[in-house]
Amino acid sequence: MAQKVFEDVKVIDFSWVVVGPLIAKCLSDFGATVLHIESTTRPDTLRTTLPYKDGVQDLDFSGYFPLYNSNKYGMALNLQHPKGIEIAKRLVAWSDIVIDSFRPGVMKRLGLGYEDLRLIKPDIIMLSTTMQGQTGPHALQPGFGNQLVGLCGFPSLTGWPDREAVQPYGAYTDCIAPYYGIAALIGALLHRDATGRGQHLDLSQYEAGVQFMSTALLDWVANGREAGRKGNSSPCAAPHGAYRCRGEDRWCTIAIFNDAEWQGLCKVMGKENLIYDSRFVTLFDRKKNEAELNQLVEEWTLSFGADEIMAKLQAAGVPAGVVVNNSDLFEDPQLKERECFWMMDHSVLGPFPHPSPPFKLSKTPAEPRMPAPRLGEHTECICKKLLKMSNEEFTQLLNEDVFK
Amino acid sequence: MLKGYRVLDLTDEKGFLCGRVLGDLGADVIKVERPGGDLSRNNGPFYHDEAEPEKSLYWFAFNANKRGITLDIASEDGKTIFKKLLKDSDFIIESFPPGYMERLGLGYEELSRMNPKIILVSITPFGQTGPYKDYKASDIVLMATGGFMFLTGDKDLPPLRISIPQAYLFGGLQAAAGAMVAFYWQKKTGEGQHVDLSTQQAITVTALNTPVFWFLSQTIIHRVGPFRVGGRAHLEQRNTWPCKDGYVTTILTGGELGAPVNRRLVEWMDSEGMANDLLKNLGWEKLDMANITQELNTALEEPIGQFFKAHTKKELHEGAIGRQIWLFPVQSCEELMECPQLLARDFWGNVKHSGLQASIPYPGPFIKSSEFNCGIRRCAPFPGEHNIEIYEKEMGMNREELLMLKQAGVI
Repeated sequence: MAQKVFEDVKVIDFSWVVVGPLIAKCLSDFGATVLHIESTTRPDTLRTTLPYKDGVQDLDFSGYFPLYNSNKYGMALNLQHPKGIEIAKRLVAWSDIVIDSFRPGVMKRLGLGYEDLRLIKPDIIMLSTTMQGQTGPHALQPGFGNQLVGLCGFPSLTGWPDREAVQPYGAYTDCIAPYYGIAALIGALLHRDATGRGQHLDLSQYEAGVQFMSTALLDWVANGREAGRKGNSSPCAAPHGAYRCRGEDRWCTIAIFNDAEWQGLCKVMGKENLIYDSRFVTLFDRKKNEAELNQLVEEWTLSFGADEIMAKLQAAGVPAGVVVNNSDLFEDPQLKERECFWMMDHSVLGPFPHPSPPFKLSKTPAEPRMPAPRLGEHTECICKKLLKMSNEEFTQLLNEDVFK
Repeated sequence: MLKGYRVLDLTDEKGFLCGRVLGDLGADVIKVERPGGDLSRNNGPFYHDEAEPEKSLYWFAFNANKRGITLDIASEDGKTIFKKLLKDSDFIIESFPPGYMERLGLGYEELSRMNPKIILVSITPFGQTGPYKDYKASDIVLMATGGFMFLTGDKDLPPLRISIPQAYLFGGLQAAAGAMVAFYWQKKTGEGQHVDLSTQQAITVTALNTPVFWFLSQTIIHRVGPFRVGGRAHLEQRNTWPCKDGYVTTILTGGELGAPVNRRLVEWMDSEGMANDLLKNLGWEKLDMANITQELNTALEEPIGQFFKAHTKKELHEGAIGRQIWLFPVQSCEELMECPQLLARDFWGNVKHSGLQASIPYPGPFIKSSEFNCGIRRCAPFPGEHNIEIYEKEMGMNREELLMLKQAGVI
């Protein structure tokens, strides 16, 4: 067992779906004690989201939830019950960090707002994440990441110029905000250790997402240009795109930025005559005749598997990469080398892939210790061991539906 | 939050964002460029479309909150200076090909011998080890190999990237998270370490739940343009909808969660005579998106799509906010900059560029902290902007030494 970076860090995770849980997962994967709090009346949305194992629509059968909840303890706690709130407060007294993704104002209404938490634990660090932040005229508008992507503007930059806008797959902003949250949260821990002061962090997934629009925004500000939808073309490379290969819906990307790469491509294609073809000699020529060029390249790629194209071109120093699908993610040799997925034995799902962090730390690596919890899997253990509840007290609260 | 801690940032565009995030958190980030300025300054777009190294907007965006020096770390004199800087530093961030730092005698082992608390963050396309470690990459290659592109784009056309580069932002950002994990350990134990970030792996997060569809049911998830799959593997639900002057995003959601929202949308449509009987009479609570047929889904979406086409983005957005409906406009850059929510939160920060004699509005802090402002404090440096400040004033070198190193091409 490696040494745990966050051995001494205790986190209460009231959040759900992707952003909050993924932030907490970074801490739990590096050894923090993280309690993921849910309730059967308000389970984590991902537990009611497909895909389910064997198609069984049960809270513990969803295969989506485990992706963001490895190495965490699961607790069921009914926050509609006054005694549930009391227990939440006892947990806050034990913790360093509280994460929530309720609509702004809900935690306060429950008596668990930042000011309330500070009374219990003066140096508490609270991270609240919502679509559009804790304040502002649109703060209360409901929504999901899949739609927030539009507000951030990504579909206006995704698609072909002569087609409808499409959107980046899924809840794209959910893939951006968590890592900003993690960096800030660890900063907050260090700040607390140095000064004794806790803090409240307000992570707007909108504002975090917009960071990835920065160059387009500056282009608008400085040049009055809307970047728009450009398919796969690049202003400074050709050929540049995804080319159809042998097989069903198989593609390989190729990106040629300079003459050396162009010559490499021609040699691998076995068409060295193209190097001196006046239509394609310079980048300027290649951009001018890009449509024709793309066709020539695809005529070649169609005869080979995408992985063959990638290997041949990379061997010649030409940037190329398979367009991997959701099956390839398990088979890609490089992702395997990185141990992209930890296989852990989940009590309902069986051996199940849990993503590992993409950053490898040489001395204190993240480790698979526990699969994602079933809803409330550790409720009794948390109450008795952490909160030192007696059997009687636990049973009584259980009967009062406090752990529902 | 990181005030007083120093970062030496050797990256090109593959790693800019890592140092930017540490700088936003208050660290003293020094961008170390090769003499004459880094090649990554050639990344467009450019200020006023003037393609000069001091005017790269890509450079501006992700090198703000950094100071800048020029230094040739491959030369012997350059190495000596670098090692002096190393003594007072906590992080080195680099994005060279694997093995390059070792060949310079600046690999993690050597660096840690000189400064045991140093954290070396290496950002590469594929990682420090493995069969692809020396492979060439670019934005599109990484968005493809990380699993993003297969899922994005129209059914009948090739898989798509986003039209502005995103891959290196995922790499740099997640490297910053990894650097912070290592830094927490360093503050606790005094021990530094090597952080190895694979950009390809960083991008796999964008495949979201799709690996599970393969794992549990050997189902390949294909791209479906403006629709969304994943509610059920083969159910296509519209997510991006054309409206009168552009697009909006929204989705039909079933069950207890979606029912009140759907009802409010139907009431709104009905008030304008645009809801049909199917929409008005549906038992929305019983609508189960896990088992809905494609036919019913399409039949429900049809009149909704007509309603959107009769309205502008602004009308739909404002109506949705008032009615608590999850619908958003697909905003252009211009609209983003006028968005009332961002304005109310004082998001845009005007950043002074004295070199351009201009102030430019930038996206504001990535998070709001009650203790610290993570917004931009200084614009990105021009080549060698802080040579005198750092070499002379902070390291105590004298002007003669600087002149000599300048003429030798070291700084």
